[in-house]
Amino acid sequence: MNLTLRVWRQKNRNDAGRFVTYEAPGISPDMSFLEMLDIVNERLIEKGEEPIAFDHDCREGICGMCGLVINGVAHGQRRATTTCQLHMRSFSDGNTIVIEPWRATAFPIIKDLVVDRSAFDRIVSAGGFISAPTGSAVDGNAILVPKDDAEMAMDAAACIGCAACVAACPNASAMLFVSAKVSHLGHLPQGQPERYDRVQKMIAQMDAEGFGACTNIGECEAACPKEIKLLNIGRMNRDFIRASTAAKG
Amino acid sequence: MSAVATVSPLSSSVAKKVVVALTGLVLYGFVFVHMMGNLQLYAGPEKINAYAKLLKANPPILWGARLFLLAAASIHIILTIQLALKNRAARPVGYAGQAFQAASFASRTMIWSGPIIGFFILFHLLHLTVGSVHPDFSHTDVYANVVRGFQSAPVAGFYILAMVLLGFHLQHGAFSLLQTLGLRFPKYEKQAKLLLGAITFVIVAMNISFPVAVLAGIVK
Repeated sequence: MNLTLRVWRQKNRNDAGRFVTYEAPGISPDMSFLEMLDIVNERLIEKGEEPIAFDHDCREGICGMCGLVINGVAHGQRRATTTCQLHMRSFSDGNTIVIEPWRATAFPIIKDLVVDRSAFDRIVSAGGFISAPTGSAVDGNAILVPKDDAEMAMDAAACIGCAACVAACPNASAMLFVSAKVSHLGHLPQGQPERYDRVQKMIAQMDAEGFGACTNIGECEAACPKEIKLLNIGRMNRDFIRASTAAKG
Repeated sequence: MSAVATVSPLSSSVAKKVVVALTGLVLYGFVFVHMMGNLQLYAGPEKINAYAKLLKANPPILWGARLFLLAAASIHIILTIQLALKNRAARPVGYAGQAFQAASFASRTMIWSGPIIGFFILFHLLHLTVGSVHPDFSHTDVYANVVRGFQSAPVAGFYILAMVLLGFHLQHGAFSLLQTLGLRFPKYEKQAKLLLGAITFVIVAMNISFPVAVLAGIVK
């Protein structure tokens, strides 16, 4: 396959950035999207040019490190697929592919296609955890979890924190990510002690990081490689209302 | 981007959205009742004029209701503007061309349907409540006001356009309301969507029927 790439290049956080066009001939349809970029980078290095910086780690679709906006779609057109699991057979010979980083105030661009997603870490630090006693391991089945709750918690826990939801949202809202964490822990008995404190703290941190608000349009759900449901946002809102209206003391 | 957020929960974006949803619910309810009342247009001048007289019979209640609706609309608009500005600031540099995957037309145009409906409400009040932009306004004969008012094709056209936009606004608004107030339950999702969709459709269809009936000469 012979492709033309329009790639966002940006030297650092303060650089304005711009699109640069690269020709990418002789690409195999069996390559993953990232392998295609590896080839392009090797050729750039051979020519003595700066390779394109992009994030990646496991390349198995489970770590959440990779993420590119490909032709205006976070992780590309293929549903429920991370960028690393997107293969070049999804494209056609002669295509022009526009490649951009996640764009959000809360995710400053570090270089080219690499963004700083530590805002997500700070949201999790604010409340995305449970308090568990240390010491000897508790018996495996000591705490009973109803099947439906376990399913809902597991579905939400599938979130890998890649931030495609933020990238796909026109408001750069992090509601799907935060709601996945809130739903995941809030459905389990172990998550109950901090349930209402958690939702308030995580939402407060989300706002402080400069993410936008949700307008319920569903682009996040469509972009999510782990198919986290919009319904989680409704659940989080319910917990938030309960937390805010509960009498304390 | 502080290390630890110290925002009060009531000033958070989610709390604002809850208030937008609640005020939206008030306005949604008003639009429905307003449409139901106006259906009396088909029962003839005596019926609807008597209804109008009844509504105006007690000034404290009338003005209480008007101020309540004005407050709901104002809060709805002010908080939405605040949220929209926050959303703009959350992505100062846009994509080369975002390809939307799921968002409906209605959901993406709330920020446009809203202000147009707001402008329409101002016009509508001047047209059929205050009467200052009406060609032949009477403070007692509501029926005649409606018939005379809708005989102007541009006025009827703008009214119909506003109602179509209202339909889009309510369609996405009703779903958003359930989501924001945490009232989505998978078990009843289908029924809830069907019911809200039906109410929205009835509101829009009946409202549009009024100018159409006047222009077609059915109501005269």
